[in-house]
Amino acid sequence: MDFTAFVFYFLSAILVFAGLRVITARNPVHAAMFLVLTFFTAAGIWVLLQAEFLAITLVLVYVGAVMVLFLFVVMMLDINLERIRQGFWSYLPLGAMVGLLMAVEMSVVLGGRYFGLEGAPGPAAAPANYSNTKELGRLLYTEYVYPFELASLILLVGLIAAIVLTLRKREDGTKRVDPAAQVRVKAADRMRVVAMPAEKE
Amino acid sequence: MDALLQPVQQLLGPTLFTLVWTLVKIVVLLAPLMICVAYLTYAERKIIGYMQVRLGPNRVGPKGWLQPIADAVKLMFKEIIIPSGANKGLFILGPVLALGPALAAWAVIPFAPGIVLANVDASVLYVMAIASMGVYGIILAGWSSNSKYAMLGAMRSAAQIISYEVAMGFALVGVLMVSHSLNLVEIVNGQAKGWAASQGLGFLSWNWLPLFPMFMVYLISTVAETNRAPFDVAEGESEIVAGFHVEYGGMAFAVFFLAEYANMILVAALTSLFFLGGWLSPVGFLPDGMLWLVAKAAFILFFFLWFRATFPRYRYDQIMRLGWKVLLPVTLVWLLVLGAWMLSPFSIWK
Repeated sequence: MDFTAFVFYFLSAILVFAGLRVITARNPVHAAMFLVLTFFTAAGIWVLLQAEFLAITLVLVYVGAVMVLFLFVVMMLDINLERIRQGFWSYLPLGAMVGLLMAVEMSVVLGGRYFGLEGAPGPAAAPANYSNTKELGRLLYTEYVYPFELASLILLVGLIAAIVLTLRKREDGTKRVDPAAQVRVKAADRMRVVAMPAEKE
Repeated sequence: MDALLQPVQQLLGPTLFTLVWTLVKIVVLLAPLMICVAYLTYAERKIIGYMQVRLGPNRVGPKGWLQPIADAVKLMFKEIIIPSGANKGLFILGPVLALGPALAAWAVIPFAPGIVLANVDASVLYVMAIASMGVYGIILAGWSSNSKYAMLGAMRSAAQIISYEVAMGFALVGVLMVSHSLNLVEIVNGQAKGWAASQGLGFLSWNWLPLFPMFMVYLISTVAETNRAPFDVAEGESEIVAGFHVEYGGMAFAVFFLAEYANMILVAALTSLFFLGGWLSPVGFLPDGMLWLVAKAAFILFFFLWFRATFPRYRYDQIMRLGWKVLLPVTLVWLLVLGAWMLSPFSIWK
């Protein structure tokens, strides 16, 4: 077993363990932290596959931002284990079906040799100065520029929709700050200097 | 150096040698960093002291030079108290997760041409990814303490760090556009080119001048990212006592302290690399070298201390407003300007 294989099995073991703990951990915060570990280890495996840009983006986006907000929400929840476990039996058939489907999909991938995968040629080794990131950027902004822009537009629509759904202007005398008005304010608006003669005893 | 290492290499074999040699390099990098952290706390207390017409620490050792050592010894021997309602595992994991990323990011920081632990192609992305994980230490500490103040501090910190990361990332996009690379070494080398550099006025060809709005946004965002005054609402001792680390004492608290100062030094070094030409000399008649990077980082760090001595703390909604409604639009507009500039005949990055 060479070093790369050792690293792969090491990361995979952590990945599988962390993935299992995500669904078996009783405390939702622990589960979320194990999900963070899962993402991080998956990024390690992607680096092994020479996809360093995707790996770092996975850490940057999912570990650095999405999971932080996730934890944020989970921590605010009133953790009641009884209530969480209540729906277990009613959701079991649906969950089992999804699990079965995933198992079938995985067996197709893992059992590649029954479909003649070994005959397919492997990818050619990349030259030493090959930059994955640059190639990815070039493809995204030339060949796939329309789908790429379309995807970003859909994200933008989602973003604005979320803001519109939560933003409600209340007119019932709620106090709110108008920063522009605060900046524009002059001393003369707030204070009146009164000239009066000095008083004597 | 290679001739000296040859017998060691033969003794240990290539695999073990690489491992040992990398560990030695890590120690050589981190030991001075820890000393810098210790003396940054001393510098902070001294400088803020002078700014407020006080003397600062002056009792331990000559002029108080041994004060950081005394602080470290005191914190090491203090008992670590774990609150009874705390989640013990995560309570201990919190400080570790705060310090780990602050140190791991140093792996790709180049100090001079060739002096870098790992010259990775996507080093900017690596630094951003690792730095974005530092927030977990704060959140976990806040939650696992089982205290209202700590929880409030953690939530403030999480929202603030995520908001400012966006502005920070966009400011960096400008740097990446002009340097055509994600490699920190390439980014510094790209700043050595241009008309001004050939005239012996290197400091005019650094990124701070053509990307001045980005430089400002980045500088402000780094202060917010490191939870320093005037953006230190996560600690906010006047309203939430000490925020996320209110329940920590002794060495556990000291680790948070170390992480904050190691992060400060890290972002100061990064600002110097991105915008102030790294190890490049500002004028033609002086040689380039590591000392320039140290001097530039020290200059940025002085700003951090200066801000703390000068500005009152921001109100929480003002922090969010500044991040999302001021800094982010500034970077977006300047990205468009920059793109047009680079495509026009007046481009200086040919």
